[in-house]
Amino acid sequence: MPNSPAVEVAGLVMRYGDKTAVDGLDLRVERNTITAVLGPNGAGKTTTLETCEGYRRPHEGTVRVLGLDPVKDRKDLLPRIGVMLQGSGAWSGVKAMEMLQHIARLHANPLDISMLAERLGLRDCGRTPYRRLSGGQQQRLGLAMAVVGRPEVVFVDEPTAGMDPQARRTTWELLSELRDDGVTVVLTTHYMDEAEKLADHIHIVDHGRMVASGTPIELTRGGTATIRLVVTKPFPEGAPASLQAALGPAIEVKPINDTSLLITGPADHTTLATVAAWCEEQGVLPESLNLGQRNLEDVFLELTGRGLAHTAGDTR
Amino acid sequence: MSTGTFTPAPGGAPLVRQVLAQASMEARLMARNGEQLLLAVVIPVLVLIGGVEGAKHVSITGISQRPVDEFAPGVLALAVMSTAFTSLAIATGFERRYGVIKRLGASPLPRAGLLLGKVGALLIVEACQIVVLGLVGLALGWHPHAGHPGAVLGVVLGILVGTSAFASLGLLMAGALRAEATLAAANLVYLLLMAGGAVVLPQSAYGAFGHVTGYLPSGALGNTMRAAFLHGNLAGGSLLVLVAWTAVGTVATVRTFQWE
Repeated sequence: MPNSPAVEVAGLVMRYGDKTAVDGLDLRVERNTITAVLGPNGAGKTTTLETCEGYRRPHEGTVRVLGLDPVKDRKDLLPRIGVMLQGSGAWSGVKAMEMLQHIARLHANPLDISMLAERLGLRDCGRTPYRRLSGGQQQRLGLAMAVVGRPEVVFVDEPTAGMDPQARRTTWELLSELRDDGVTVVLTTHYMDEAEKLADHIHIVDHGRMVASGTPIELTRGGTATIRLVVTKPFPEGAPASLQAALGPAIEVKPINDTSLLITGPADHTTLATVAAWCEEQGVLPESLNLGQRNLEDVFLELTGRGLAHTAGDTR
Repeated sequence: MSTGTFTPAPGGAPLVRQVLAQASMEARLMARNGEQLLLAVVIPVLVLIGGVEGAKHVSITGISQRPVDEFAPGVLALAVMSTAFTSLAIATGFERRYGVIKRLGASPLPRAGLLLGKVGALLIVEACQIVVLGLVGLALGWHPHAGHPGAVLGVVLGILVGTSAFASLGLLMAGALRAEATLAAANLVYLLLMAGGAVVLPQSAYGAFGHVTGYLPSGALGNTMRAAFLHGNLAGGSLLVLVAWTAVGTVATVRTFQWE
């Protein structure tokens, strides 16, 4: 089925006991793209990915990867996909390069493992037992294991969690190169910048549902500019409402938290002057006043009513 | 499309190559693990030397042959038990814990291949154990009855069926309990069977309890090895007992094993 999309999920429902982790999710991933599934912890990202990888049987709905059923056609599908799991996935006493070599041996046409180790900065820890690798090194080894078999589609779950900035850049470069060479990359992340800089398509998932899909530009295109106001101490009671009244109905004021506001509308002199006057009247001092197009963080905030900033490691 | 470094070329290696890779990987990991080495070689060697030396000073009831001829086959049975049951259970328990089985579940290696790889690893380790223990036994004056065709058949069948029986029971334990519980229970069962399971000492050394031990996998394997090495016989009844344990262990494992 050469023309089937890389991934096609329709009406997927997954439950753990009486908790619904994935709630009627539709997802389509075109071949030869980097597609990010973005969402907070517990949004159902990992569960969705593990259903695509054949680990879980859909409770409702259908999942197709490269046109195949990941459970029924598991044997045919597995050699064609690469999987990077969250967390470990190696023997504690195995050396890093020995593990990569082992996974390579299970494939027909594996990549050159020393090239791969070089690319991912694993050369220095090649003889280190897995349990003594740092979290970032384990992540990079996990990525190497996912791509060593030269798959058509790779699923990477939170690929850069716990990596230092240098390693994150290396990982992004590798994933981009995979896409340029014809591999489809499906990744989950809760990092906005990762999705925005890396992905061709972004699917924002919350509470097991798709809340928005599109390219980074489509998602952040709102036409109007935004002003992000941060003040030094919490706003007085009723402040957002009074600012809204001062600015008029053409401009939208959205409180983000105690000390910041998002103002969407034409950012002209009048608006800025009104905001400045309002600050003086309320007795609050602006700490920062940022003008710009809305970014993915703003989009996410609007769609879900909360930020992603303080999310830690995903569990499911 | 131009070909780049990562241009897809997917596919699994031929199954035989995958199984050999898995077997050699697991055997290397077992050999590298200190505790498993203790269990696989050091304890059986100590039991053999200790038993033979001890018998010079204390008379052991129930032994009709030269002590080394009684103990050496029993210690080989003990070695099979330590590897196929205890080592396998512990290793598999931690593979589940560390997500190794899950990771391999996303590789081209099918589950049957994983199982075959494990069996291969067990046979590699057991071959090494047999060489070491055989040499120690010969150094202690062991005269194995090995020239007889019945002896060879008995030993080979005993090791193969014994390995299957203990491996199915080891996987049953590893697939149902948490890793730490498996570690404790697999060692405990090993110690209990070593002491009271008629592996090293023949059934006749256990008095009235003796006939029961013949139905334990430990006693059945010990009997098979002693019959072969002492008398050149095939212990058909004991082999049947091992086959029955294999059947029970396999069915129970298939029903209860949790891959994650």
